[in-house]
Amino acid sequence: MRRRYLILAIQLVILVGVVLIWELGSRQPTDEEHFLVDPFIWSRPSRIFARVLEWLQDGIILNNVFITLYEALMSFVLGTAAGIAAGFILGRSDFWARVLNPYIQVVNALPRLVFTPIFFLIFGLDANSKIALGFSLVFFIVFFNAFQGVREVDRNVFNNARMLGAGERQMAWHVLLPSALSWILTSLHTSVGFAMVGAVVGEYLGSSRGLGHIIAQSEGNLDATGVWAGLAVLSVVVVMVELLVTQLERRLVRWKPQPAGDLLAA
Amino acid sequence: MAGKAAAVALEGVALRYGPFTAIEFISFDVPQGQFVALVGPTGCGKSSVLNLVAGLVGPSEGEVTTAGRPVTTVNRECAYMFQADALLPWKSALDNVALGPNLRGTSRPGALRLAREWLVRVGLRGFEDRYPHQLSGGQRKRVAMAQALINRLPILLMDEPFSALDAQTRALMEQELLTLWQEQEATVLFVTHDLEEAIALADRVVLFTAGPKAALKGDYAVELPRPRNVVEARFTPGFNDIYEQVWNDLRSEVIASYERQRA
Ligand SMILES: Nc1ncnc2c1ncn2[C@@H]1O[C@H](COP(=O)(O)OP(=O)(O)OP(=O)(O)O)[C@@H](O)[C@H]1O
Ligand SMILES: [Mg+2]
Repeated sequence: MRRRYLILAIQLVILVGVVLIWELGSRQPTDEEHFLVDPFIWSRPSRIFARVLEWLQDGIILNNVFITLYEALMSFVLGTAAGIAAGFILGRSDFWARVLNPYIQVVNALPRLVFTPIFFLIFGLDANSKIALGFSLVFFIVFFNAFQGVREVDRNVFNNARMLGAGERQMAWHVLLPSALSWILTSLHTSVGFAMVGAVVGEYLGSSRGLGHIIAQSEGNLDATGVWAGLAVLSVVVVMVELLVTQLERRLVRWKPQPAGDLLAA
Repeated sequence: MAGKAAAVALEGVALRYGPFTAIEFISFDVPQGQFVALVGPTGCGKSSVLNLVAGLVGPSEGEVTTAGRPVTTVNRECAYMFQADALLPWKSALDNVALGPNLRGTSRPGALRLAREWLVRVGLRGFEDRYPHQLSGGQRKRVAMAQALINRLPILLMDEPFSALDAQTRALMEQELLTLWQEQEATVLFVTHDLEEAIALADRVVLFTAGPKAALKGDYAVELPRPRNVVEARFTPGFNDIYEQVWNDLRSEVIASYERQRA
């Protein structure tokens, strides 16, 4: 218990320390033209905070946040659904898994961001191209985990379900899907993170809306405060999404034993 | 008896895993309703025989039939309690037990009600919502027993079901099993390492030779009176005679198996 407070206290000290150095260092010139922290690049916490407030007051920022969240959510949902479906089909068919293996490896090894221009050409500059980018990132993570989950179903559990009377469909529902889900859940944070990356980077590279667009626009105007304010809002959004994912995870993996790591750390 | 097919029959069955011959030419018949204990040194192919009857593996040679029908795919007539842990880890004890009826078309409320009754029967009242990893080894075995028995299938395959239990719980479960067996009139193939358990429970003990190339070593009728009390059965006259007879044959096989594995 005391340890928890200590950790919290140190965390606070670090936060306050960094903000203070940042604020004071960018206010106080060390000589005629030099600062400890160059405000042209780093802006200054008070300014950034003021900018965020300004954005909140005129209401535009919320719209943009929602657009980014919408794109991330869509790419997460579609990428997960397609990844599970593909992982299932190939996990169940050794033949097709072998046929498609080299293509999957190649596409997976390519940095997906290089497809962004193509997505712009196909889907235009609005939300769909960002969803496609996020999709291409999420799909592979989920696919590989679902594939593994279907492949590595415990043989005894599988046979037990067969003996109890499971047909093909029931097997998929009661055994293969939960097994695949347990693998997918271990990468849930990564895939949600990638869905956000797809949305923000897509907007940054070409868009007229969304958080990524705001950051890109500020950058174009050499407005460091705008860039930092955009990043600040983005961090808050990401942290909230993470909290949600953690909640979701807790509900879905209640059946799992605690990983040994928790025991070691305790 | 004439014309009535045996509940389980193995006809010249051999089982090979690649170049390795686990079982070579085993034949035996089990009449409907008989309780048979399969005994033999480790690795002789007892689990393999159950898998053959369950239809999880096919024989390399010979034929396995249940109720006169050849076993070609998963045998829907069999309940199978596996040697290894086989509960679905993502389902609670209750859902694990309810799974069988569920899969076979009972409505969900009906299946859950039945599963609750079975959990009580195996002494796990109050453990309905535990996941398998939250149960002890013995408790998991008991959930597995309820899961296998709830479907009331004509053939019951049990692979060392009670080896993880303490002596008292074990006697309770054995007694419960005998009661259920008599109620359901099932045919039972029961694998165990414990000769006393085999004789106390079964109508008949089938002894395998040491593997590889396991065959039948002996086949002993256990003519102790029914209904039996599993604890008292061990003190009835006749128990020791059978025990000695089987043990003499088993001992030489266990030694042979040990020598072979050391060689
Ligand atoms: N999938 C497999 N591939 C190759 N060999 C196998 C396989 N399954 C079993 N065997 C071999 O077949 C033999 C019989 O195995 P089985 O599991 O039937 O033995 P068992 O009598 O049940 O032994 P135990 O009493 O230790 O459970 C063993 O020698 C084992 O190594
Ligand atoms: Mg075995």
